[in-house]
Amino acid sequence: MPDIRIPFEHHQSAHCETGVISNLMGFHGLQVSEPMAFGIGSGLFFSFFPFIKINGIPVASYRNLPGDIFKKFSKRTGISFERHSYRSPEKAMRELDETLERGLPVGMLTSVFYLPYLPKAFRFHFNAHNIVVYGKQGNDYLVSDPVMEEPTIIAPNALVRARFAKGMPNTNGRMYFPTKVPAGVDLRKAAIIGIKATAKDMGTIPVPLFGGRAINYLAKHMRQWPEKQGDRKSKLYLGQVVRMQEEIGTGGGGFRFMYAAFLREYADTYNIPEMVPMAAEMTAIGDRWRAFAYEAGRAVKGRDGMNGSFEALADIVDECGHRERDFFQRLMKVKL
Amino acid sequence: MKKEEVPQDDGKLLEGKFKVVKYAVDEEGRYDKVASVGWEPENVVMEQAWDAIHENVEHARQQFLKGEWSPLRYHMEKNLMELGMLADHMGMFRWRVWWHFRPSAFNNLSPAVLQRYADVFQITVDELKTVDKAPNA
Repeated sequence: MPDIRIPFEHHQSAHCETGVISNLMGFHGLQVSEPMAFGIGSGLFFSFFPFIKINGIPVASYRNLPGDIFKKFSKRTGISFERHSYRSPEKAMRELDETLERGLPVGMLTSVFYLPYLPKAFRFHFNAHNIVVYGKQGNDYLVSDPVMEEPTIIAPNALVRARFAKGMPNTNGRMYFPTKVPAGVDLRKAAIIGIKATAKDMGTIPVPLFGGRAINYLAKHMRQWPEKQGDRKSKLYLGQVVRMQEEIGTGGGGFRFMYAAFLREYADTYNIPEMVPMAAEMTAIGDRWRAFAYEAGRAVKGRDGMNGSFEALADIVDECGHRERDFFQRLMKVKL
Repeated sequence: MKKEEVPQDDGKLLEGKFKVVKYAVDEEGRYDKVASVGWEPENVVMEQAWDAIHENVEHARQQFLKGEWSPLRYHMEKNLMELGMLADHMGMFRWRVWWHFRPSAFNNLSPAVLQRYADVFQITVDELKTVDKAPNA
């Protein structure tokens, strides 16, 4: 088979899902920045489940579920994607080839663990990493992985492996691509729906597991960790929270900076001066999250008794919770 | 986070392969992407996660050397898998995989099943039957 090289522009981004959306839209002639895609898809969220544990560690998350940004972006902009998943790897690869031959770059779900080009330290079994394949060179595939600075290549057997990983969730060779992006997509309308949904979720969900309240709920649990879990486990729990907040893909501050970037872009693009200080406030909240991560990193590294430091850490988290809830309740009232 | 505050604490996690994107503000509060090689707290918690994994792997290695566990458990830990995930990959019930953690059960496995395990871990059957000589190889 001859080489295929679709003229696809790779732009590095902080987060894989929003990066793939932004790059795919760019290919189809619609300029959507990463923060814009994040805001439209209501990517910002918070949830904490003390009783659901992965590898024995409770899960805190600063974002909505993987794949959710995609679904919401698609629905709110009215841009439809062809979506496929497969049982048979052979069929999955054949249809990938056929789509590439039609000149369409293809987004797909992969497992980070099986992507050989990524640094080893990041290769956990995270089965919801999005990449774009945009061509072939011999048997190898040309890959635009949004978290990387430059495009790369992957061998076919490695790609099959990454597309058919088992676990949470099974990737099932899932791939997706827009065939055509219609003219006159109303990004502003989509962004308004996105802002309202995020503000409502973060500001008003009454159960403590989701939204702004979940942040205070996390703080409450954090205070009890040293006594209930002991030194070693408390540090592991704390480390997990910081990883979710600052790991590759968040853009820093648990996605809060990316969201502030979205609000500022919205303010500038649609000339809403009222939104400018709101964006600055979101930045300030992100800075508090970073202060938390900084102190938490010291606590994880430190060898001394930690009861005092957990109180201080929980205080910052508690403050973030109150500030975010207040922020999003006011955001609901901003005239968009 | 201001642009000039974007941390550049290299913990060698990225192996020099690329820098990651952080969002940071300029003087007017507008955002831009800024490349970062890492941040100390992030490096600390990543190292912590890997230390915990390495402890499990080393424990499984020692248990194999003592003859308590089959090497399967070692390879599972080394591949950051849990029982359920390994069972999924094998298309087996969990209890059956769990049973193979016993040296006696593992030693009775057919070549075909051994090959399937080896394929899951992307190693040879000979490698599957033993563990690495040094910790965290």
